Parts: sequence; structure tokens; C-alpha cells
Amino acid sequence: MLRRTLLATAALALAAGGALAQDDPVKAGFIYVGPIGDGGWTYEHDQARLALEEHFGDQVETVYQESVPEGADAVRAITQMALSGADIIFTTSFGYMDPTMEVAAKFPDVKFEHATGYKRSDNVGTYSARFYEGRAVQGLIAGRMTETNKVGYIASFPIPEVIRGINSAYIHAKKENPDVEFSVVWAYTWFDPAKEADAARALIENGADVILQHTDSTAPQAAAQEAGNVITFGQASDMAEYAPSPRVSSIIDNWAPYYIDRVQAVIDGTWESDDTWDGIGPGMVGIGEISSAVPEDVKADALALKDSIASGEYHPFTGPLNRQDGSVWLEEGEVADDETLLGMDFYVEGLTGEIPN
Amino acid sequence: MESINPVLLIASVMLSATPLLLAAIGEMVVERAGVLNLGVEGMMITGAVVGFAVAVSTGSAATGFAAAALAAAALSLTFGVLTQIFLSNQVATGLGLTLVGLGLSALIGKPYEGMKSPVLPRLDLGPLSDLPVVGRMLFTHDAVVYLSLLLVAAVWAFLRYTRAGLVLRAVGENHEAAHALGYKVVRIRLLAIFFGGACAGLGGAYLSLVRVPQWTEGMTAGAGWIALAIVVFASWRPWRVLVGAYLFGGVTVLQLNLQAAGAQVPVALLSASPYLVTIAVLVLISARGAHAAPASLGRPFHATQ
Repeated sequence: MLRRTLLATAALALAAGGALAQDDPVKAGFIYVGPIGDGGWTYEHDQARLALEEHFGDQVETVYQESVPEGADAVRAITQMALSGADIIFTTSFGYMDPTMEVAAKFPDVKFEHATGYKRSDNVGTYSARFYEGRAVQGLIAGRMTETNKVGYIASFPIPEVIRGINSAYIHAKKENPDVEFSVVWAYTWFDPAKEADAARALIENGADVILQHTDSTAPQAAAQEAGNVITFGQASDMAEYAPSPRVSSIIDNWAPYYIDRVQAVIDGTWESDDTWDGIGPGMVGIGEISSAVPEDVKADALALKDSIASGEYHPFTGPLNRQDGSVWLEEGEVADDETLLGMDFYVEGLTGEIPN
Repeated sequence: MESINPVLLIASVMLSATPLLLAAIGEMVVERAGVLNLGVEGMMITGAVVGFAVAVSTGSAATGFAAAALAAAALSLTFGVLTQIFLSNQVATGLGLTLVGLGLSALIGKPYEGMKSPVLPRLDLGPLSDLPVVGRMLFTHDAVVYLSLLLVAAVWAFLRYTRAGLVLRAVGENHEAAHALGYKVVRIRLLAIFFGGACAGLGGAYLSLVRVPQWTEGMTAGAGWIALAIVVFASWRPWRVLVGAYLFGGVTVLQLNLQAAGAQVPVALLSASPYLVTIAVLVLISARGAHAAPASLGRPFHATQ
């Protein structure tokens, strides 16, 4: 307890030192899981950081650290950032959840924002995007466009966010095409271009002609382009350099409005820990342009689905839906509640294979 | 579950093992000369970016590979000069080399993100490629795959049968004795470091030009560290480096293919298995009491006049 008080005092002294000068900018820190040039997840977070600087000008100073491993080393990186005088720190990967909680307890005056997690405290808020809404649109296109009826899915880690994406894509592919099959490969990494390319190649060799990815680099796009006759979707970022084919559409994460909003709250002194989970409607999830490789009717249906999700008219997890074991999950017309979605650890009926662990 | 096509599988294994093999065989020569260069990751990524940039600019993948080897070798010489002439700490300098390589490559690579590289043609092996099964499996690769295999054989023959190889090993085992016999310890080590750098550069270029193929910042994602583990796994023997590289590369590809085919596999365990085997090999080496590591590995050498 004493040690904690000492550390807190030290942090307070640092923060107070920063607050003495009236015009001192607010310092916003970012912890990234990959390099800012990954062309996907981290790239988009960094674009939002740049938008933050653009918006606030001299009022805000930003710092970031790239390629921070999830786990123990993250504690060191986050602590260092807090010690260097950051007022608000965004930790942008699921694996930073416990490290963020640990560091936040030692720095009660620093605000923390953890992406895609579910643990909160007085100075830790969480935020995420309803990527599964975008996955529904991808599923529709995948189901309609596959000729081999085999869709390959490069998954990263077996966490709820990834599982939601697989389920949502599968449900909507199956609706369009009852014969569709998904094969899921768990890469156990967010960023490893060589391994992501290997995974794409393995899926293509096994007959998949649509590749969905939940990893951060553009390597699967390159592998698909090399193979030919395979379509892909940009993940986290537009990945437009692979359009019109193999990349036929994408999910784009747009964090900038949220970051601006939260930093404004710090400046105003109104920041409070909360939980934000926005989707296509508020603009946190964007659907990248559906390319000319997609037939007009498919494109029209995909856009209609997107609009109905955006308006709140349709929820991608609407019953009747069964779990993989055949038990009933949602009755006819019933809509999944956020709590179940946030902790999702099961496949829906029809998906084969088991979720590791 | 459908069966996996073993022909395609072996071909994929060769594709994924080649960058590891190139980097590991180079590092093995460096370590046999008594130098521990932990900068493999940095040299690989430098090779990856320079190879990609030059290949895109000239339109020739082969030129890209040559440039990658040269650039990484040049970078390794800074390590060589610092550690061999200015006697800086090898571990710290090697780690520094990795950081420099990662930063430098990000800078050089910025304009090349999202570009497409020229294709490295497959080597035409005539009738060999037309053989059933074996032809597709073993004889339809690009020249670099065969170069990496030849390199292993060459390194083995060099260390085992040539006088120069013997001198290199002597320098690695006991640099004072080698010096007393009149061999130029520093010069030999610099040459070994240069060779190691060139090999790592080739391995990196293979990632960006063939295996992925594209440039992405940080794309080696730890391959250099795996190469270092392979050298230990191989207990500093060339043929075992080959086994190690194919084992490390093979396990990754195999488990991805098993998953794609719908087999239930313990993914986490399989991914970790090469490292577990490396630890087992280390334990085995120590238990037998045989010191496989070159005796002067990582020790600084200063010739007193």
C-alpha cells in the first residue's frame, strides 16, 4: 500500500509539474501492437492520432510506441509513457487489458482508454467498434461470389471479438448460399506477414476462393493476388492498393472522431470512464468501396444490408439462431444482447471445427 | 476433413524454410568464428527492404537479391568494426544493429508500401520438373531455394575439408592460440561477419520478394530470432541447421495446412514445439557435458603487441 502511495505521489508530482504552466498541451499517448506501417489495424490508429494533432494543433502533443508485445512487456511500455507525463493513454490491443489495469492502478491521475477489452475502473475506459456489422456485409458478398463454396478465414486469437466476426460472416454467407463452408485457420498472431501469407496459401490450396482475414497486414492480399481467382477484403484499413481485385471491399476502422472526443473531454476536465461500442451507424466502422469485381446485384444487396444495419433496422445477430451444438441461442426475431456478444465463446450452428482452448 | 496434398505441402515448407535457412547458415559461420551477432533480425529486414526497393526499381528480382545481400553485409560490417576493432560489447552492439535495421528499413520502405514486386522465375530444370510427384515437389522452385541448399553443402565442405575452414574454426575455438600461430583473427572474423550479413540479407529479400511477396514495415516479425535459435538447435553444425530450418518452417506450414483442411490440432502447442525442441536439445547438450558452442563465442579479442 505504501509503495502504491509513493508511486501515486510521484505520478501526481509529475502531473502537477506539467499542469503548472498554463498553456501546457495535453499529452496523449498511444501503445500500438504492430508497426504504424502495417497497412491495417495499427495504421488506422495512427491515422487517428494524426487527425488528433491536426484537430487540436498546439493544444495537444502526442507520443506513441509501436510493436509493443502483449503481456508483461506492455506494463513497462505503458508505465514509461505514464511517467513521461502523458495525460491520457490509448492502449490499442486486446492483450493490453490486464497490463493497462495494472498500470492504471498506479497512476490514478492519468486517464486510460483500452481498445476492445471489457475491464474498466475509475480511470480506465474501454472502446471498441462493432466490426461484426461489417463482417455481415463481407459474409453476404462472400456467400454470393464463392464458386468453390469454400471460404477461408484467417483468425488471430480465439477471443470474443474474433469469434463474433467469424459467426457474423458465416451467418450472412449461409443465408445467401446454403452450401457454403468456412475453414478457419488460427494464426495466433496479429502481425506476421510471412505467416499470414502462409495461412492464406494453405487455405487457397485447400480450395478456398474467398479469404477473410482478422490479422493486420496486407500479406494475405498479396498471396491471393499471386494465386489469382481469389477475392479478399481489406481488414481494419481499406487496403485499396489491392483493389479492384483481389480486394473487393473492406472494413475500415475510423477512430478519429472518438479520439478527438475523448481528448476534448480531458481538456475540459469532463473525462469519465465509460464504455463505447459503436458500429456502422455512428461511423466508427466504415465499409470500403465495393469494387467493380463484384456483380451489380450483389453490390446492391450488400449496400442495402449495410444501410439496414446502420439505421438500426436490422441486427446481424437476429434469431432464429442455434449454437454449434444445436441448442437454441436466439428464438425467432430475438436479438442478441451486448453482454452475450462481448463474451462470445461459441460458434453458431453450421460452422465446423472447434475454437481452440 | 479432406486430405492434404503432400506435394503442395512440401513445396510450401521449402518456401517458408528458405529465409530461415539462409539467415541461420550465415549466422552459424559467424558464430563458428567466435562472434555472436544478435543483429540477424536487423540485417534480414534491411535485406528485405533493399531487395524489394531495388527489384521494383530495376524490374529484376535477381538484382534485388544481390543488392539485399550487399546492403545487409555492409550493415553487418558496422557491427564488425565496432565489435572487432573498437571492442564494443557484442550482445549490446548486436541488439543495436537490430534496432537500427528496423528503423532504417521503415524509413527506406515508406514509398514502397503497397507495391508489387517483379516475380522471381522458377528455375527450369528440364526433365526433372516433369517427373511425377517428385518433380512438382522438389524441382519447381526458384533459384534461391537451391542456392540455400547449395550454401549449406558449401559451408559444410568449407569447414570440414579446407584449410581456411580449419583456420576459421580455430579462431572461434581459441583466438589467442590462432593469433599466436600468426592468423589474422580480426580480419577472419570480419570476413565471417560480412558473409553472415550477406546471407541474412538474402533471407530477408526472400521474404519480401517471394514468400509474402510485398514490403510491409516490420515484416520479418522475429524471423531473425528464430534463425538464432536454429543455430543453437543445430549445435553449430551445417546439416543440422538445414534440419532445424525445415523443422521450424515446416511445423508452421504443417499446422496451418492441417487447420485449413479441418483437422483438430493443438495449435498453440504446435506453434511452440520448435522452441520446446530447442530447449530439449540444449538440455541434452549440457547433460552430455559436451560443449558444442565454439569456445571463444562472444569473447572480445585484443591482440597485445
